[in-house]
Amino acid sequence: MSDHSAPPSPAALRDPSWRGRLVSSILFLVLLWPTLEVTEFKPWELIDAQSLSATGRFLANFFPPTHNPEFLSIVLRATWQTVAMATTGITLSILLAIPMTLIVNEQLSISRIGTQRMAWTAYVMRQGIRWLLVLLRSVPELVWALIFVRVMGLGPAAGVLAITLTYSGMLGKVYAEIIESTDTHASTVLLQNGSSRLAAFLYGTLPNATPELISYTIYRWECAIRGSVVMGFVGAGGLGQRMDESLKMLAGGEVSTILLVFVLLVSVADSLSQFFRRNLK
Amino acid sequence: MHQTPPLLQLQQVDVRHAARGKASASDGRSQRAGNDGNYALQQIDIVVEEGEQVAIIGPSGAGKTTLLHTLACAHQPVNGTLKIDGADVWDLSNSDRHRLRRTLFLAPQTPPLPPRQRVITSVLAGKLPSWSFTTALKNLIKPTDPKAAYVALSRFDLEDKLYAHVDELSGGERQRCGLARLLLSDARLLLVDEPLSALDPRLAIQTLTSLQTEAQQRNASLICSLHQVDLARSHFKRIIGLRDGKIYFDSRQVTDEMIDNLYKNARDDAPVIEPVNLRVAIDSNPRCF
Repeated sequence: MSDHSAPPSPAALRDPSWRGRLVSSILFLVLLWPTLEVTEFKPWELIDAQSLSATGRFLANFFPPTHNPEFLSIVLRATWQTVAMATTGITLSILLAIPMTLIVNEQLSISRIGTQRMAWTAYVMRQGIRWLLVLLRSVPELVWALIFVRVMGLGPAAGVLAITLTYSGMLGKVYAEIIESTDTHASTVLLQNGSSRLAAFLYGTLPNATPELISYTIYRWECAIRGSVVMGFVGAGGLGQRMDESLKMLAGGEVSTILLVFVLLVSVADSLSQFFRRNLK
Repeated sequence: MHQTPPLLQLQQVDVRHAARGKASASDGRSQRAGNDGNYALQQIDIVVEEGEQVAIIGPSGAGKTTLLHTLACAHQPVNGTLKIDGADVWDLSNSDRHRLRRTLFLAPQTPPLPPRQRVITSVLAGKLPSWSFTTALKNLIKPTDPKAAYVALSRFDLEDKLYAHVDELSGGERQRCGLARLLLSDARLLLVDEPLSALDPRLAIQTLTSLQTEAQQRNASLICSLHQVDLARSHFKRIIGLRDGKIYFDSRQVTDEMIDNLYKNARDDAPVIEPVNLRVAIDSNPRCF
């Protein structure tokens, strides 16, 4: 019988990790300072009179948005091309990312059950795929697009391939992390009872992870639409190429029309994601 | 004098604590006299024959769950051997051992059911070890054997929840749902960890009876950890008393005195909610960022 009425000793109440928490916070802030220096971050320059008038003149150019039917139909076609490019790219990258996610994911390791050690072949394979994912996403899609434009000529096909490669790296990594952060109890028990890895994944992991996987994928689709603009600048077609031309002609109205289309597309992605999160059962 | 080797055999088994976070390693559970704190289980010898039914009792933190996990090849002992059907489990290759796992069913204390899953899917998942991948996939689109799931659930009074989602079930319903999955597996070794912890006394008896009947019908061995000493004594011939990671008694004639000694001076301030449950309770809330 332990005595509940006795006052607890100070040692029992001591939080073992507060010091580390404080030190790492301070360290983080200290390390942040040089980055401000390097980036010449001086926000007050934004509001001095000269830059304000320059900004005003630049922005006035953008109004009103061009809305003649001819231009709108061009924009419509370009929008369709951009959406198609982003969607195809994302679909292909999902197909590439899923197998890599399954390989990288340590929860589905069978050799680890009971031993907490992975078989070395499995370990090497996991690390290999991890590096592949890093490689895929560390090369910016713009660079991939430049390469593919050389290989395949101007047009959306180069953009699709660029999106596919970069985004499969991002999706693979984040899918793996989402799955790692979901509760492993269900899948672990299925594995302990002799299920195969894939079955344990489908029945134990996926039900919990699905909403986040879907919302992240939709977010990435949104990013791909924005990314396709940048790639349009190097000739990969779509709205970006249109925007590039308008910018070069200093047609601010056209640029703002295209920007409005972007706002629209992003809000569509947003409500789609919300819809899925709410209704997925 | 066994012609065939016993289904299950533990010889001189020591098991270390499962790798946990640093914070919980120093929480003091089962680090008392008689145990040096490094081992969750020490010098365990158990033989279980096919079809035998055994209850494991003992104070909180005695190592009941670790013992069940060890029997389920989910914890590798540091010393000693675990033999199933005469084969040393940890001498097998990874894939052979995994094939062996199909012959056992471990029902953990916290039901391993994803909150968003439908009850029917969770229950039919008991068949996963014997299913091909295509069958598993088909079952996600349309349940392949709703009747089997219905029958299994009806054994636990849950047949009206067939198409409900797991998160609509109460704690006790989830627990029984997890046990209904057991009925669908074809395991010969059933390892059940505190199956009655969330049930009222009437349901507890009914559930335990269902489990025992099922084990008897398929001639499977049932090893069941329990906190209800009365139920253990009335329903099981053989009872293993576990304390501080050691076998305190393993007997077919358990006396009141043995029970008293088993629980005597046991820490009464063991957490009411075990850390595992707490974690799951937090995890079952939808995360968002």
